[in-house]
Formats: sequence, structure tokens, C-alpha cells
Amino acid sequence: MNFKNGPSEPPDSRPAPSGGEPVPPAIDARHLTVVRGPRTVLRALDFTVPRGQITGLLGPSGCGKSTLMRAIVGTQDKVTGTLDVLGRPAGHSSLRTRIGYVTQAPSVYDDLTVRQNLDYFAAILDPGRAATDRRHENVTRAISDVDLTTHADALAGNLSGGQRNRVSLAVALLGTPELLVLDEPTVGLDPVLRRDLWQLFDDIAASRGATLLVSSHVMDEAERCHRLLLMRDGEILADDTPAALRERTHSDTVETAFLHLVDEAAEAARAKETTR
Amino acid sequence: MTTSAPAAPTGALNLSRTTATAARVLRQLRHDPRTIALMILIPCVMLFLLRYVFDGSPRTFDNIGASLLGIFPLITMFLVTSIATLRERTSGTLERLLAMPLGKGDLIAGYALAFGTLAIIQSALATGLAVWALDLDVTGSPWLLLLVALLDALLGTALGLFVSAFASSEFQAVQFMPAVIFPQLLLCGLFTPRDAMHPALEAVSDVLPMSYAVDGMNEVLHHTDMTTTFVRDVLIVGGCALLVLGLGAATLRRRTQ
Repeated sequence: MNFKNGPSEPPDSRPAPSGGEPVPPAIDARHLTVVRGPRTVLRALDFTVPRGQITGLLGPSGCGKSTLMRAIVGTQDKVTGTLDVLGRPAGHSSLRTRIGYVTQAPSVYDDLTVRQNLDYFAAILDPGRAATDRRHENVTRAISDVDLTTHADALAGNLSGGQRNRVSLAVALLGTPELLVLDEPTVGLDPVLRRDLWQLFDDIAASRGATLLVSSHVMDEAERCHRLLLMRDGEILADDTPAALRERTHSDTVETAFLHLVDEAAEAARAKETTR
Repeated sequence: MTTSAPAAPTGALNLSRTTATAARVLRQLRHDPRTIALMILIPCVMLFLLRYVFDGSPRTFDNIGASLLGIFPLITMFLVTSIATLRERTSGTLERLLAMPLGKGDLIAGYALAFGTLAIIQSALATGLAVWALDLDVTGSPWLLLLVALLDALLGTALGLFVSAFASSEFQAVQFMPAVIFPQLLLCGLFTPRDAMHPALEAVSDVLPMSYAVDGMNEVLHHTDMTTTFVRDVLIVGGCALLVLGLGAATLRRRTQ
């Protein structure tokens, strides 16, 4: 393994639980297709996302990253093919406490403080008077995870864009989810914060054993993932580790590897066109 | 590290999730004191105005004032709810909530509970002002006026929730007010007794819930005890509110395009 400033060693073979029964992958898609209006946004995708690792979902904007994420968390309509998440069909009601999801635009209440936002979502995830202490603990931890402790009592609407993004992320961290689906979580953040967040993601994968699916169109973030799914025009161009991708395309960075793959795909398409 | 929370049931209605939602909605409002002040004061100011507009004919004030006590909560709650839920839809918080173990019923009941509480305050103040300060002459019990006002508020909440599904911006949402409320206002018997209208319009007014809201108010105004007409009116308004709340729940989709 030769990760340049890469992530900590991923758990390669999933340790099977004591029973010896194989653990299903975090996400298992077979012939996954999504149609939005007249457009086919995702075309017959086949891929799996292993557990306990950070998988990066990369591609230019408009390539279907967000739609794929919405399909995985079960909020996307008109999904065909099979899509299993944590061993259940996507959107199954039992998955709702097991998945944390952060949309691209921060989805928090602007007219509540950071803590009030988290208190509310925590009460939805873990309701009841008996859980008050546990909720308080979870909320405090989530706020410090995203480094907003000093802003806990500020109205979300008064925070900067990057700070509101982090409030939205904190909500997803609340219930100790097994799968975190993060849609462009580092957009608009300064380099220091971006580094801190990626450290947090590493930590969540390593110490909490959670699976992360993180989308981005910033290619240098790709180097920090254990695996990459490269997408373009609703199709998956590559599904591999960053190192293997670089090696396969004889590139130094994932960015050039991606460009190489895009050119390759375009050429293949052109070749098909001329033979027709 | 905390252990993962026991999976709470996501079935029909969960009391703590409902009250958490209601508390959240009220907390949002508390950060917006101007809205609260407007909601509570405007009906009182209007009643005050009306009292002195009809200074020479207290009978007219009795009729219109009682009707308005039912109409105000309906309109305010309609507006507030349609905007609040539209915001919830456009800000992405609705999508997030529905990806969480929150029942649609919890969300709707939470909104109804929060705005119902506000409606009680609003109606109590307006009714109190009308009856004690402005000499609104009610034959029946003011409590019954309050009951009808509360049901009207619930109906307004339900209608607002429902139409917010068809509005894609705040501009559209406020335009639904004239579209949904004004025809009812014209046909509810506030301006002319309903049986004096063109028969076709009278038939239309027979199926509009606001007609029964105003009718219920007038029953309290003219009769000392609960008449069967009053009971019918209350049941119709309450039933309509529940029906529309159900329709509103159907517009909340976990999966969207």
C-alpha cells in the first residue's frame, strides 16, 4: 500500500461476526437505474460499497452523484433495479435510524440555534423522556465533532455558509449511524477545516466502524478515500482504490487518472458512433 | 461511545416525537417575536375597528363580529402554516426528517398542536376583547365561541398544510390565500345570508367548511344552549379539518423526484 498522505489502513477483509455468516456490503447495487422526468440520470449501475471504509463518489457536477445518494438513503423516486443498503432494500423503515444523510444544501432550521436544531433532530432519532441524558450527550458530542462548540447558542441563520454546512453534518452524526452519506460536505470550507473534517471522517470510519460515502468534485480529496467511485453522465467509470487507479492509468494524481478515464470513455463512445 | 439507541417504533403516532415537533415549531416562532405579535394583535385591532365602524348599529357588529371571531383564526393559521411548511419543504429539512424515523402523522400533529396552541391564545384574547370590552352581545356561552374558533384554526392549519404542497415559492403560497379563502369568505354568509344568494352559489356554499364555521358562531350568538345545528356545524368543521389534515399527510412523500 502506498497511500500518499492517504488514509489509515482500511480493514481489507471484513471480519465476519462471530456467527461466521458473511456480512452484506454496506451498499449493493445491481442494475440500478433512476429516471427523473424525461432524463435517465443513472444508467444500470452495478457496484458495491464495502463496510467500515470511506468511499469517495467523484465526478463533475450534474453527473448523478446526488441522485445516487438520494436513492441510497431512500428519498429518490423512480428507482429500478436492486439496491440493498446494510442488507435491507434502500428506503426500508428500519434503515432510518442507521443512516446519516447530509444534503448538499444545509438542511437545518435557520431560526433555531445550533443546539436547538440538534436537540430537535436528536428527539426524533431517540425519543422519550428516558433518553434525555443520552440525547444531551450525543448533541454535545456532535457539536464538538464539527467544532462548533463556541457557536452552540448562535442562530443557524446567522452562521456562515461553511458553519451551517457543519451544523447539517452534526445532525447526521447524532445517532451514531452505521452508514454516513455525505453530499459534498466540504464545499466552501477553508483548507484547515477541510483537513479537520477529513480527519473526523477517518476517525469515524476507524473507531466507530462506520461506512462513509462522501461525494466531492474536488479531486485532491479523493486521495483521502479508501475506495473511489468515479462517475460521469450517470455511469460509473471506475471503482477501485486511489492507488490502483493511478497505477492503471499511469498517472500521478487521481485527477489525471480521472481525466484519462474520461478521455478513454469518450473515445470508446466515438468509436462506437463511427462503426454505426 | 454510546451504544446505538433502541429502534423506537415508527408506527402511527409517537407522542414524544409529536410534542418535540410542536416544541420545535414554537421555538422557531419564539425567535420571531414580531410574527407572534402580529398574529395575536391584528384580530384584536380589527375587532376594535369594526366596533366603531358600526358604532351606530350594534346589531350589525354582533353579527359580523361573531363571524369574524371564527374567520380570523382560520385565515392567520392558514397563512402561517402554508408558509412554515413550504419553508420546511424548500429548505430540505422535510426531506431530512422523512429520511429519519419520523411519522408523517407526527409531523402534522406537531404542527397542528403548535399552531393550535397559538390559536387558543389568539382566539381567547379576541373573544375576551369582543365580549367584555366591545360589548359583543352573545346569548350563548363565550366558551362555545372559543371552541368554534379553535376548530376554525385547526381547519386553517389543515388547509395551509395542504396547499403548501402545490406552491413552489412563498409568492405562490400567499396567492393561495385569495384563491382558497376569499371565495369562502364571500359565500359563508358574512355579507348576505346564504339563503338569499343565487341557488347555485348557495349550493356551493353548502359544501364549503367556512359556511359552517360562521353558522356555528351565529348559533352561539342567538341561542342560550347548544342547538343541534351548532353540534352539526362543529362536527362538520372538525371533520373537514381532519379530512384535510389527512390529505395534507398524503402530500408528504418520503420519495420525491
